[in-house]
Amino acid sequence: MPQSNTEYLQILPFILMGSGIVISVIIEMFYKKSEPVLGWFSVLLFITVGFVSLASINDSAVLFNNMIEVGGKPAIFNFIFTFGAAVMILSSMNYISKYGIYFGEFFIIVQSSVLGMMIMAGAKDLFMIFMGLELMSICFYVLAGLNRKKIQANEASMKYFLLGAFATGFIVYGIALMYGSSGTTSLPYIFENFSSLISNVLFVTGLGLFLIGFSFKIAAFPFHMWVPDVYQGSATTITGLMSTGGKTAAFSVLIIMLSAVFANNAANTFEPYFAGISVLSMLFGSIVAIAQDNLKRMLAYSSIAHAGYMVIGLAAGNQDSVAGIIFYLAAYTFMNLGAFGVLSIIEGKDDTLLDINSYAGLNSKSPILAAFMALFMFALAGIPPMAGFFGKYYVFIAAIKSDLTWLAIIGVLSSVISVYFYLRVVVYMYFKESTVNFSIEKNNTGLLAVVISGILILVFGIIPDTLLNVIISVLNF
Amino acid sequence: MTSIPLEYYLILSAFMFSVGVTGVLIRRNAIVVFMCIELMLNSANLTLVAFSSFLGNPIGQVFVFFVMTVAAAEAAVGLAIIIAIFRNKLSVNIDEINIFKW
Amino acid sequence: MNLEIILFIVLALVAVVSSVAMITRPHPVISAVFLILNFFALSGLYLLLNAQFIAVVQVIVYAGAIMVLFLFVLMLLNTNKEDNIFKQNKALKIFAIAIAVLIFAQVAFLIFFSSPSDALNSQVAESVQSGTIQQIGTKLYTDYILPFEAAGFLLLAATIGALVLSKKKFE
Repeated sequence: MPQSNTEYLQILPFILMGSGIVISVIIEMFYKKSEPVLGWFSVLLFITVGFVSLASINDSAVLFNNMIEVGGKPAIFNFIFTFGAAVMILSSMNYISKYGIYFGEFFIIVQSSVLGMMIMAGAKDLFMIFMGLELMSICFYVLAGLNRKKIQANEASMKYFLLGAFATGFIVYGIALMYGSSGTTSLPYIFENFSSLISNVLFVTGLGLFLIGFSFKIAAFPFHMWVPDVYQGSATTITGLMSTGGKTAAFSVLIIMLSAVFANNAANTFEPYFAGISVLSMLFGSIVAIAQDNLKRMLAYSSIAHAGYMVIGLAAGNQDSVAGIIFYLAAYTFMNLGAFGVLSIIEGKDDTLLDINSYAGLNSKSPILAAFMALFMFALAGIPPMAGFFGKYYVFIAAIKSDLTWLAIIGVLSSVISVYFYLRVVVYMYFKESTVNFSIEKNNTGLLAVVISGILILVFGIIPDTLLNVIISVLNF
Repeated sequence: MTSIPLEYYLILSAFMFSVGVTGVLIRRNAIVVFMCIELMLNSANLTLVAFSSFLGNPIGQVFVFFVMTVAAAEAAVGLAIIIAIFRNKLSVNIDEINIFKW
Repeated sequence: MNLEIILFIVLALVAVVSSVAMITRPHPVISAVFLILNFFALSGLYLLLNAQFIAVVQVIVYAGAIMVLFLFVLMLLNTNKEDNIFKQNKALKIFAIAIAVLIFAQVAFLIFFSSPSDALNSQVAESVQSGTIQQIGTKLYTDYILPFEAAGFLLLAATIGALVLSKKKFE
C-alpha cells in the first residue's frame, strides 16, 4: 500500500511502462498489420519513460513500503535501459522481418524485459530484485528462441534457459539464507544491521550464493559458458539487447547489494572473489576473442572481457568506482548496441555475412557504415577520445585508489590485447580488397539507430567529467 | 517452538539442493535437467518456510508464493522451448543438441 | 518419541529417497513421478512447520499443475530412457558429484556452526498465526503489492512467450 497518493505520481515511469505493455497487447489483438505501429509505439514509449525518469533525477524517494526507489541512481539506469531499448527497436524494425520474426509479440516482450530491468535497478527489497530479474530473464529466454524454425535459435534459447534457471536456483537459495539470518527481505533494514550481519556465517553464505547467481547473469569468467553460443544463436539485435541491457541490470543489482559493504567502508569481504573473477574474465575474454572470425562471437567474448573490467570497480568498492561502473555501463550499452546495429544491417537475410571476410573493403561499399563501425570499434577498444576510454579510465583510477594497482595493470594489459581484434575489423574494412560479393540493403531505421548511438558515444566522450559528476551527485552513500 | 530443531530442516533442504545441483550436472535429458532445477527451487522453499515458521513472520511464506509463480512461468516457457527444439531435432538430449559446442 | 518426530523422520526419509531416486532413475517419467512424491513429502513438512496455506498450494500448484505439465510434455515427446548416467564422461560426472557433496558438507557445517535457532524465540501461536491464509493474503495485498503487480506482468510475458514459441504460424 502506498503511504500517500503522491506515490502514484512518483512511480509514473513504471505505470507508463506497464500500461504501455497492456496497450501494446490490445493493439496486437485488434489490429491486423500491427507490427509497424507497435514498433514506433515502443520507441515512443521508451523515450517517454526515459525522459520521465530523468526528470526526477534530483528527488529520489523510496516508495510503497520500502519496495522501490525512484529518481537518483535508478533514474540513470532507467535512462540507459529505455534509450538502449529504443535504439535496439529502431535497428530491429527492418532486420527482424528479414530474420523472420516480424511479430507484434516481439515488441511486447522487449517492453516487458525493459520493465523487468527497471524494477531491478530500483529494487529496495529482495522481492523486487527477484521479480525483476525473472521478468527480464524469462523475456530473454523467449527472445533468444523467437524464430523457432532456426535450430541455432532453439539451441541458444535452451542453453540460456537451462543455465539461467540454474542460476535462479542459486539466487533463491541465497535469498532464503539471507532472509533466515536477518529476518527480513527489506534492503534498508539489512543495510542498517549490516555490521552485525556480516559476521553471521549464514548471511555471508547466502550473499555468496546470491553473488554466484548474478555472476552467471553478468557473464563473468567461470560462469560464462552460455555466452558465446547464446549470443551467436539469437537474432543480432536481440543479442545487442541481452549483452547491454541484461548486463547493466545485473550490475545495477550488484551495486545495490554491495552498497552496504561500500558504505560501511568495511574491509571488502568479497574483494578476493571479485578480483579473481575479473582477472579471469578479462584475460579469457580478450585472448579467446582473438581467434574468432565470426564477429558476433568475437563481440560475445569481448563482452566477457568488458564484464571483467566492470567487476574491477566492484572489487575496488568505493564511490568513485561505482560511478565509474555506471559511466562505463552507459558507454558500453551504446557502443555495443551500435556495433550490433551495424552487424544487423550488413547481415540482412544471410547470417554467413557475419564473418569478418565480408567486412573486407566495406569502406568502398558503404563509407558511412564503415566509419561508424570504426568509431564503435575504437570506442570498444578504449582509444582515448572515445567514451569507452573514459569508462575504463575511471574504473582503473578507482582501483588504484583502493590499492588494487595490480588489478588495474592487468586491466590495461588486457585492453592492449583487445586492441588487436578490434582494430583487425578496422583494417579489414579500410585496407583489404572485398572478396565476398553482396549488396547492402537499404535500412533507414537501422542506420538511424547506428547514428544515434554514434552521437551518444561522441557526447559521452566529449563531456565525460560533467556526466561523471552528475552520477557521483546522485550516489547516496 | 516444536520438538524438531530448525537445523534439521535446513540440513534436509541443503541436502535436496545438492541433489538438485548434482542432477543438473549429470543428467542429459533436458526435461530431467529442468526437473532438477525445480528440485533446487523447492529446497530453497523449504528453507524459506522453515525460517518463516521459526521466526514467526509470514514474509518467507509470501516469498515462497512468488517462487511458485516464477516456477510456473518458467515451466510454461521452458517446456515451450523444449517442444520447439524437439520439433526440429527430434531429441531433447543436451549432448546430441550440439551445433555449437556446449 | 512423540508423533511429530516420527512424522518428521518419515517425511524427511521420503523426501531424501525420492530426490535421490529422481536423479538416478534412467527413465524420465519415473523421475517425474519421484519428483511428485518429493513434493508431497515437502507438503507434509510444511504442515509440520505450521504453514497450512503453502502446504495446500504446494500440492495444488506444484504437484497438481506444474508437474502435470511436465508429465504431459514427457508423454508428448515420448523420450527414450537415458543410458546409465555413468556411461559417458564418467570422470566428469564423478567430479560433479564430488563437488555437490563438498557443497553439502560445507553448508551443513555452516548451518551447525552458526546455530541459527539460537537467535529465534518464537512461540507456537505466533508461528501458527503466520501461516494462515489471512496473514499471507494481507501481506500480499498491502506490503507486497508491487511485487504482486510485477508477478502479473511476469505471467503475462510468460503466456505470450509460450504462445509465440509453440503456436505462432510461420510462413
